[in-house]
Amino acid sequence: MTQEIAIIGAGMHPWGKWGRKFVEYGVEAAREALADAGINWRDVDFVSGAATMRCGYPGYVAGATFAQALGWQGAEVNTSYAACASGSQALAAARAKILAGQAEVALVIGADTTPKGFLAPAKGERPDDPDWVRFRVGITNPTYFALYARRRMEIYGDTQEDFARVKVKNAAHGFTNPKARYRKQFTMEDVAGSAMVADPLRLMDVCATSDGGAALIVCSLDYAKKIGKANAPRVAAISTVTPTFASAVIEMPDLATDSAVVADAQSFRAALPKKAYEEAGIGPEDVSVAEVYDLSTALELDWMEDLQLCARGDAAKLLRDGATKIGGRIPVNPSGGLACFGEAVPAQAIAQVCELTWQLRGQSGDRQVEGAKVGITANQGLFGHGSSVILKR
Amino acid sequence: MSDELKPVLEGFFTTGDKPALLGSRCTKCGTYYFPKLEGFCRNPDCDCSQFESVELSRTGTLWSFTNACYKPPEPYVAAEPFEPYAIAAVELDKEKMVILGQVVAGVGVDQLKAGLPMELVVESIPDLVEPAGKLVWKWKPMTEGGAA
Ligand SMILES: [Zn+2]
Repeated sequence: MTQEIAIIGAGMHPWGKWGRKFVEYGVEAAREALADAGINWRDVDFVSGAATMRCGYPGYVAGATFAQALGWQGAEVNTSYAACASGSQALAAARAKILAGQAEVALVIGADTTPKGFLAPAKGERPDDPDWVRFRVGITNPTYFALYARRRMEIYGDTQEDFARVKVKNAAHGFTNPKARYRKQFTMEDVAGSAMVADPLRLMDVCATSDGGAALIVCSLDYAKKIGKANAPRVAAISTVTPTFASAVIEMPDLATDSAVVADAQSFRAALPKKAYEEAGIGPEDVSVAEVYDLSTALELDWMEDLQLCARGDAAKLLRDGATKIGGRIPVNPSGGLACFGEAVPAQAIAQVCELTWQLRGQSGDRQVEGAKVGITANQGLFGHGSSVILKR
Repeated sequence: MSDELKPVLEGFFTTGDKPALLGSRCTKCGTYYFPKLEGFCRNPDCDCSQFESVELSRTGTLWSFTNACYKPPEPYVAAEPFEPYAIAAVELDKEKMVILGQVVAGVGVDQLKAGLPMELVVESIPDLVEPAGKLVWKWKPMTEGGAA
């Protein structure tokens, strides 16, 4: 029995700071995905939503919220929450339902509206809350990304110019992407001129938060064939593994890693694509394009190594050689990545899959990776959540 | 003087000449935790729920470092005007874990390098209630030139 499902529709509301309700972004993305698939909303029998925690109760029941907004038509609904991996969890729920024969066509959907300014912890003394504790002693969010970036500089000899190169590359990729929020061809000088946030990372090395919405129409291979889309890109793997003790990399909001005195030290990021490759029965050498979570420029380089696109420590060399540009050996973030989008948490993992869908269909225009056959995504969020999805055609 | 100041977090560290972070150690498998853990050991092969309170190693090696160039949000209380401070991630050899903390005042990222031996000290940071501030643990390079 095949373990694959087909992606027959993809849609996105442009990322930005629009100040509208998340439901509107989701519905617009869903309508675009439905039109792309060439099917009717009533043909969808399962709605799999990614939750948002910032928009009250409708956000907690996002699957139902979108189904109601599109017009109740009796479909079953589900809502997933898994921080940055929420969209992949929603896709996994749809896949399980379809492969079990309990649904034929599913809408996978996520959208978010972000508050203005920084997210601040709630008031009051809360020494039992790890997030309150680390802020009290001065450990902010960019601290963690800066520690990873500086570690690369110390161990592999990466430079701040290398990190700036990631931004310049992704800005060039996203420049013509109509769904991207930031469409400007930034230069090395622009990055170097931006304010230092947490050494070695500057303002232009770290991603913003955005409003946005993304949707996919997925279905059984039989259904795809029935409607004349037998050649649609397929989901070949979805990995949402949790970390394995002892986790060796310091993670937000912790003040310490696990202690590895009785268990070997493990890398969570590396474990995510490993399971995806095993599930898809392919290896990193088969990958033609990757969409990774560049919360910081330096983190894109970490992901390249975790995806095994190169050996540990070699990512900056690949970047300098132009291998990760569109037209290079293994383009990374042809969409422009988070550098051009900013993070819209419940929509982002779905947006990565939308980009790969267009790439595998050869519909990406100026951003097209020639002959893309296999694409992989990667992301990681709080509380042991992360995902890696493989698409192939 | 610093002995009279209160700690910013109760039960997280000792003060005095040789301050140390206070952690837990599982009495069955020996895994360390910081901050202290109550409840259940997080080693998947251990079903223990008994912990002893232990002082963690006072020295380690620098794993990575950064600084805070912008005033952090509350509940951090920043000096006015804000002065950037460095942050260290220090690897403890015996406990095989990495622990974060600010770096002592006067030491910036340009004086730090991965692998430097680091020592735990206590220093005051500003507080909303206590005019003289409260004590917090910080990391200090043990080599000359890096020392404040
Ligand atoms: Zn134990």
